[in-house]
Amino acid sequence: MSFLIDTLAWLSDPANWVGAGGIPTRLAQHLLFTLVTLVIAAAIAVPIGFLIGHTGRGRGFAVATSGAFRAIPTLGLLTLVALWVGIGLNAPYVALTVLAIPPILAGAYTGFEAVDRKVIDAARAVGMSEAQIVLKVELPLGLPLLIGGLRSATLQVVATATLAAYVADFGLGRYLFAGLRTRDYGEMLGGSILVILLAIVLEGVFALVQKLVVPRGVTAGLPTDIPGGSSRSRPVMESTIEEGNSNVHST
Amino acid sequence: MIEFHSVTKRFPDGTLAVDDFSLALPSHKTTVFVGTSGSGKTTLLRMINRMVDPTSGSIDIDGADIGTLEPVQLRRGIGYVMQNSGLLPHRRVVDNVATVPMLRGTPKRKAREEALVLLDTVGLDRSLANRYPNQLSGGQQQRVGVARGLAVNPNILLMDEPFGAVDPIVRAELQQELLRLQRELGKTVVFVTHDIDEAFLLGDRVVILRTGGKVAQVGTPAEILANPIDEFVATFVGADRGKRSLHVENRGDGDIVVDGTGRLAGVLVGSRSPTASSTVGTGESKAGPRGPGAPAQGGDSR
Ligand SMILES: Nc1ncnc2c1ncn2[C@@H]1O[C@H](COP(=O)(O)OP(=O)(O)O)[C@@H](O)[C@H]1O
Ligand SMILES: [Mg+2]
Repeated sequence: MSFLIDTLAWLSDPANWVGAGGIPTRLAQHLLFTLVTLVIAAAIAVPIGFLIGHTGRGRGFAVATSGAFRAIPTLGLLTLVALWVGIGLNAPYVALTVLAIPPILAGAYTGFEAVDRKVIDAARAVGMSEAQIVLKVELPLGLPLLIGGLRSATLQVVATATLAAYVADFGLGRYLFAGLRTRDYGEMLGGSILVILLAIVLEGVFALVQKLVVPRGVTAGLPTDIPGGSSRSRPVMESTIEEGNSNVHST
Repeated sequence: MIEFHSVTKRFPDGTLAVDDFSLALPSHKTTVFVGTSGSGKTTLLRMINRMVDPTSGSIDIDGADIGTLEPVQLRRGIGYVMQNSGLLPHRRVVDNVATVPMLRGTPKRKAREEALVLLDTVGLDRSLANRYPNQLSGGQQQRVGVARGLAVNPNILLMDEPFGAVDPIVRAELQQELLRLQRELGKTVVFVTHDIDEAFLLGDRVVILRTGGKVAQVGTPAEILANPIDEFVATFVGADRGKRSLHVENRGDGDIVVDGTGRLAGVLVGSRSPTASSTVGTGESKAGPRGPGAPAQGGDSR
């Protein structure tokens, strides 16, 4: 039980709350790193996911790539990239972006796919351009699932960002690596707890955002919220609807 | 006027949905495509607003080949009403109706005001304007769909089984509503249905299709009823005789068409009944424009 006491002691030691190696600084670093990674990953994954969801093409490719990305051990990739680009934050950014892409990609395209094909077809038939369909129909209706993807990506990144400290003096992971080396279990566990708390807070924020972005009309009239969009029957791809799609993309 | 010139549509998977279809649809009239499921009705309809492009042949609207027009612009000028309304679930009723005018640049405020007027037109209470589509009944949603279709004041209104998913009572109501609207607005309506009674009720002209978009017969309801051109049409038209509402009767002074309540719905071309155009009841609108002496329209499929 002593390491619990050590942990409390470490967490409550004022010396650990100040300076460049202090908890606030490292917490801020960790958070910033997580956000930047997510932004990069989203900038890559969201457009691709929308394209797949909108056109209905390339899904198999995306699933396969995501699967391959998921299978890559982050620590291994991190080490590899670090050997190549050197010590510093570049390697962790690359490794964690790779980690974050699959869930965001999945959120983006499932969000788009979940939109009733009939609604999209009608939007096209009354004269919406493809860009308008994406922005005014698919995006608002697919947003909850996209946010869901961002949410799980965030959770993974915030936890795994501890690895950044493996190749740089950075973030909350530093406490884990330093504590491990010096066998300071109080520091290690303290660092872990901070990571967990950060994850929980972010999780809470996302849960709230996810609720807020569900379009009014989608919840209105229903007895309860849609449970993660899963209640939507997978729209039958009516052949005629395919046609409207393919025309536009062939012209 | 909408003209199909030898239009053929073969889908990428090889399905020949429409095979060498030629027909002119008169302006300001309701033309109904009727046929069993898979006969190519929807494909024909969707070729008019370029949701589907023909494999060969061409379609002219008022003399202009639509193949040369930009699809998005073309669609914004044509009303489209589909089964299950196709409304945007995340937009209020009023905004759904105002969607296309706003795409065309009408200021939001004006588009909304006009949308409210359209709700009146289709017989919806304005108090529903701020609801979301899934807070409406099926029949109400279809009315909103019709209002949306009318929002750009199009010359052409395409309707694909718009009343197919509502219960019979509401359907009858909506059908009467459409007849009233059409009397007031005189659009060029192209209406698709698999229900022959609906076709006869709504159509100034009925096109009976068989598989492959092949025209079995074209004509006014009365013409088709009186002279089914072949066994196929006869069976189709009489498929549920008895409960079918329109039928031909001979009342001494010529063949007349009578609806389910026994009221006069029309007079066969060539027979003589001067009272035909002053009849009342459900078939009233049909009788007017198609009184005695109207030119025969049927038979051009032969
Ligand atoms: N996009 C498509 N791809 C392949 N076949 C299609 C497509 N759309 C329609 N079809 C086929 O074309 C035929 C006519 O379809 P459709 O016009 O929808 O008929 P209807 O509206 O009369 O039921 C059917 O056999 C249908 O399966
Ligand atoms: Mg159809």
